[in-house]
Amino acid sequence: MAFVLNEAQERELTDILGRYPNKMAACIPALHLCQNANGNWLSPEAIQFVADRLELSSAHVKGVVTFYSLFNEHPPGKHQVWVCRTLSCALRGSDAILEHCQKRLGVAVGGTTADGRFTLRTAECLASCGTAPMMQVDKTYYESLTTEKVDRILAGLAKD
Amino acid sequence: MLKRTDYLTKNYGKPDGFSLQAYEASGGYRAVRRVLTMPREAVVEEAKKAHVRGRGGAGFDCGTKWSFMPKPGGKPHYLVINADEGEPGTFKDRTIMEQNPHAVIEGCMIGCYAIGANACYIYVRDELHLSKQRLWDAIREVRAKGYLGAQPFGNNYPIEIYVHTGAGAYICGEETALLNSLEGRRGEPRLKPPFPAQAGAFGCPTTVNNVETVAIMPTAFNLGGDAFSRLSDLHAWNDGGVRLFGVSGHVKRPGIYEAAVGLTLRELIYDLGGGIEGDRELLGFIPGGSSCPVHLPEEVVHVPNNPKFEPYNGKSLLDLPLGVDTFRTVGSMLGTCCAIVLSDAADPVIAMQNLMRFYKHESCGQCTPCREGCGWLERIFDKVVAGTATLDELDQVHDIASNITGNTICAFGDGAAQPALSFMRKYRENFEDYVQNQGRSQTGRLTL
Repeated sequence: MAFVLNEAQERELTDILGRYPNKMAACIPALHLCQNANGNWLSPEAIQFVADRLELSSAHVKGVVTFYSLFNEHPPGKHQVWVCRTLSCALRGSDAILEHCQKRLGVAVGGTTADGRFTLRTAECLASCGTAPMMQVDKTYYESLTTEKVDRILAGLAKD
Repeated sequence: MLKRTDYLTKNYGKPDGFSLQAYEASGGYRAVRRVLTMPREAVVEEAKKAHVRGRGGAGFDCGTKWSFMPKPGGKPHYLVINADEGEPGTFKDRTIMEQNPHAVIEGCMIGCYAIGANACYIYVRDELHLSKQRLWDAIREVRAKGYLGAQPFGNNYPIEIYVHTGAGAYICGEETALLNSLEGRRGEPRLKPPFPAQAGAFGCPTTVNNVETVAIMPTAFNLGGDAFSRLSDLHAWNDGGVRLFGVSGHVKRPGIYEAAVGLTLRELIYDLGGGIEGDRELLGFIPGGSSCPVHLPEEVVHVPNNPKFEPYNGKSLLDLPLGVDTFRTVGSMLGTCCAIVLSDAADPVIAMQNLMRFYKHESCGQCTPCREGCGWLERIFDKVVAGTATLDELDQVHDIASNITGNTICAFGDGAAQPALSFMRKYRENFEDYVQNQGRSQTGRLTL
């Protein structure tokens, strides 16, 4: 099925295009817009849509998609959980946080829970070293974590 | 010497401290009003007097960088702000964008005017959603007031500022990779020359500045360049003003602290950071982001033939003022001025493995020495930790890392090789213990 944006999203795309001297520069923001509109992933149709609208080859857009770690080529769970594991967080216990998430969600890193609710990932330094350990869930940072805090956060998200 | 200041951080933590009202109440948008009525050359000269060394890691003087831009009149000029903060251990820019976004916006306006640009892109890494939102909100607020747009404060000098977002790639913090990413390409660094001032964003003259570098500019102009520079203990080293210092890892109070340039690591770790967690011994410290070398507490300053080092020679590195040139001259790097602290509970071999995994993950893959070298180093450190590496492989680390250094398009390769070389040199016996005894006498962990 062809990928389309709704009216509000189309307006946003027009707004994005207005910020740059050429269309190519809108590539990454347009991909974010389409990914958000498409359940957090970029289908081949969505990639083609961006290529067509920005007058780029689909190979160029696909090349951009594969370069950046936050573009998903497969549908993730409803909530994406990234546990930061780089040195500053690791010094303050990110390994235990990650292990706890794996146990609680019953998935390995990179996996999605059977109910499709959570995808668990690791992240490299998320610029929150002063409040380590931390994790990002969707667009929100959760800082100075303990396993109890992780339990409360995940329990809250499991209900919505 | 520890001299705490609050030019950037005054409103941190206050409810609505990030609002236009709070910013203006503390003197915000005064500097840019004046700047926009000054001749462009005078603005650049004033910035030079402030000796604001780039806060992103390279430490290049901001006013001098602005002076490299050609005269306006040809192609459009661009100001691009590097807000792709992702250097492990670094978390200062995020605090400014979230808690003092108007300082960034005012700094961008001053920067635009100084380099003859009418458009500025703030390249924020995608993960920093709150930062992006606060910046967009700040832009909307000042646009509505007429501070920004076609006639800022009634002056005939249009300025537009846009927030641009990345999509998860550490390498986009490298300025030319960032420009490629801004243009809608894969974030692979470009060969220099041409330098951005000649051909940067969209093939036009461009200046790339760090967030903190521009955010401190309103303060520098309010105080006057020279007076601002003199706040620093390193004014005589052309390293002026105040900056944000970060400390993370095994300290009691990790966080961001604003102070005059010239603070020492001992003051950062023990006075501001509260000392080592659990009152343990200090094992080592990385001065400013993971791409800097690691240092041992017993290291001393030894630069015998430089009179400027006379007060510091023979003293601990912990007592050397944190400055771009002080640290460069002793063979270290100031980087982003956000230190990572390891106590003796941490196993340096595991720390090395952690960092090399990061570099392997983030190498963009463009240059063979870095792409293959980082993977090779990661595999060796994995083997070391698993107890299956040989002494020959430890020696190979030096060989591989030295063959990355200087053989790549951008500084990422050096940034990956630097920690490997310094960890191996400084904690050799810990690495050897893994080879000979499967690391039985090491802690095998990073946490307390």
